[in-house]
Amino acid sequence: MKRDLNIKIREITRVEGHGNIVIDVKKGEIKDLKLEIIESPRFFEMMLRGRRYDEAQHIMARICGICAVSHTSASLRAIEDAMDIRISRQAALLRKLAFDGEMLQSHILHIFFLVLPDLAGVGSIVPLLASHPEMARTGLELKRLANEICETVGGRHIHPISLFPGGVVFTPKPADLKKLRGELEASFTGLEAALEFLVNAKLPDFSLEREFISLKSKGEYAFYSGEPVSSLGKEIDPGCFTEEIKEYVVEHSSAKHARSSKGTYMVGALARVNNNRRQLGPRAKGALRASGMKLPCYNPFMNNMAQLIECFHAAEEAIGLIDELLDLGPKTEPLAKPKGHGRGVGIVEAPRGTLYHEYEINKEGIIEGSVCIIPTAQNLRSIEDDLRAFVPMLLDRPKAEIARGVETLVRAYDPCISCSAHIMDVSFME
Amino acid sequence: MGPQEKPRVAFFSFTCCEGCQLMVLSCEKELPDILKHIKIVNFREAMSEKSDDYDIAFVEGSISRRDEIKKLKKVRKQARVVVALGTCSSTGGLNCLKNRYPMEEVKEAVYGKRAALSYKPIDTIPARPIDAVVEVDYYLHGCPISKKEFLSFLTALLMGKKPDTVNHPVCVDCKMAGNICVFEKGGHCLGPVTRGGCDAICVTYGTWCWGCRGPVDNPNIDSHRETLERYGLTAEDVAKKFALYGECGGGRKC
Repeated sequence: MKRDLNIKIREITRVEGHGNIVIDVKKGEIKDLKLEIIESPRFFEMMLRGRRYDEAQHIMARICGICAVSHTSASLRAIEDAMDIRISRQAALLRKLAFDGEMLQSHILHIFFLVLPDLAGVGSIVPLLASHPEMARTGLELKRLANEICETVGGRHIHPISLFPGGVVFTPKPADLKKLRGELEASFTGLEAALEFLVNAKLPDFSLEREFISLKSKGEYAFYSGEPVSSLGKEIDPGCFTEEIKEYVVEHSSAKHARSSKGTYMVGALARVNNNRRQLGPRAKGALRASGMKLPCYNPFMNNMAQLIECFHAAEEAIGLIDELLDLGPKTEPLAKPKGHGRGVGIVEAPRGTLYHEYEINKEGIIEGSVCIIPTAQNLRSIEDDLRAFVPMLLDRPKAEIARGVETLVRAYDPCISCSAHIMDVSFME
Repeated sequence: MGPQEKPRVAFFSFTCCEGCQLMVLSCEKELPDILKHIKIVNFREAMSEKSDDYDIAFVEGSISRRDEIKKLKKVRKQARVVVALGTCSSTGGLNCLKNRYPMEEVKEAVYGKRAALSYKPIDTIPARPIDAVVEVDYYLHGCPISKKEFLSFLTALLMGKKPDTVNHPVCVDCKMAGNICVFEKGGHCLGPVTRGGCDAICVTYGTWCWGCRGPVDNPNIDSHRETLERYGLTAEDVAKKFALYGECGGGRKC
């Protein structure tokens, strides 16, 4: 259809942070299309410069309220890599448990608060409480449980406290861990209900082949640690991540964009499920089968399904971690001490994808420089590519419907715009 | 607002991590009840509906861009009550750490020279709390806010009572929590000069008070500086510790 169309969506709702969508179509051809990131940049690189190493995780958690545990974890792993710190098994188990809590919390928030309203044709969870009371309450209950996991380990989810360089400085009581375990066992009923809802909701059929990048770990489905890999069969040396992934400035965005050596790529739940499906837990594999998702799957809308599959995995992994902790008998431990200094890298799979922190720490333990590459910044190029392919498919629809469609597509990525405009530098202070 | 109508509440977000809004969303147990008593008309992170007709505005984030000043003034004009939600908004927060550097240097370091000159999205001014721009009626402190404090604040406001602002140091909360003093454990803490109300959660969970809630009224900063030095910090360490959340002077206009 040779149509003119001009869409500007200001401040996309139900996403984390501030962004606009601009689409200009002349005679059926896209003249201009961009996702403008208007979030105020925060300049964390400048905040970190000159601070002591054991303040970094505290400062960097504050890049993002949704994925504070991920930033804390990446930060700790970068510090510990730089300073040659080896943490205990108990500390690693606790950190992974908090990480599962965050994965669950973030995905549940996105699926129930941000995506389900679209599928139910309402504007937020408030009307959803009236139209689909059971589903809305299930979401609230799952989210509460996820928060509680983070609280039990870290004191709170938003800006966790006890995750600290050298270990974990708070030891949860076995009784609290057992209580969580019981609630986690019970959580699958709610997750099954959400799965049924998503399967029946029929997510839009749209597919655009692309590269997927995620961590991969030998022993487990990679969340907290692993080596970066590409779906095109390439392993990336963690220390050379910034050689494979290049960030660049675009004029319409306060968040940098990124490309791999191959061009556009996607990170996040869909990338992880595509790259690491064999390592999913049994219940998550069951959910994958029930979802009808065929892998490799290049439909960005299925990112929401992938998130739900990961909720199953996070819940079952958390149960396993609690069992190990209970076997171990959690006790108060001293922090492992730094043995060196220099450059260190920490990469984790944040809910939205591969998150990279790199610090240069001097022998006084002071941070001299830092680099941080955020999942959403890595996805911005992929989102714009998708929009360019998706909008022409909608051109015969009414303008409001097109606008809703593109907003839903952007939302499917679960972009975290606060994170993406955190802004770090790639150059070190001399 | 008529006597039968629910107060209309809006949430706004400026330069921040949006963690304080998320803290509100994490009142999972209380949310359905809260929604019986208020009508949320603007909450971009969680809902599509938007309205410019509201009575109470919760504002999170510091102000760090010129367009934010304009938006905030509009909010003040509309709202009967403006509440600063969290540290970034009430005292400027971590964002103010960049204020030590010239803004041109800040931009250039991150985006490069050419971009720093011309790209509009990265326009930046020294970060400041919202009361450096508009009159603020109430403050909820904390990075992030305390859920408990938020709920009791909202309850008081809805009942027409004047909400209390905690004005005792974190040490009081710490005693109530039964914690061993951080100094006794060989650490360095800002609890004695920092506004409480947080249940001393950072000490309970194994670290120290970082000072996120800003200074209590009339803090004895000089005496605490001496204490920190007596316990082994250098003058430079002490200055850095105070600066983490205090670069803006903790609520004073900057």
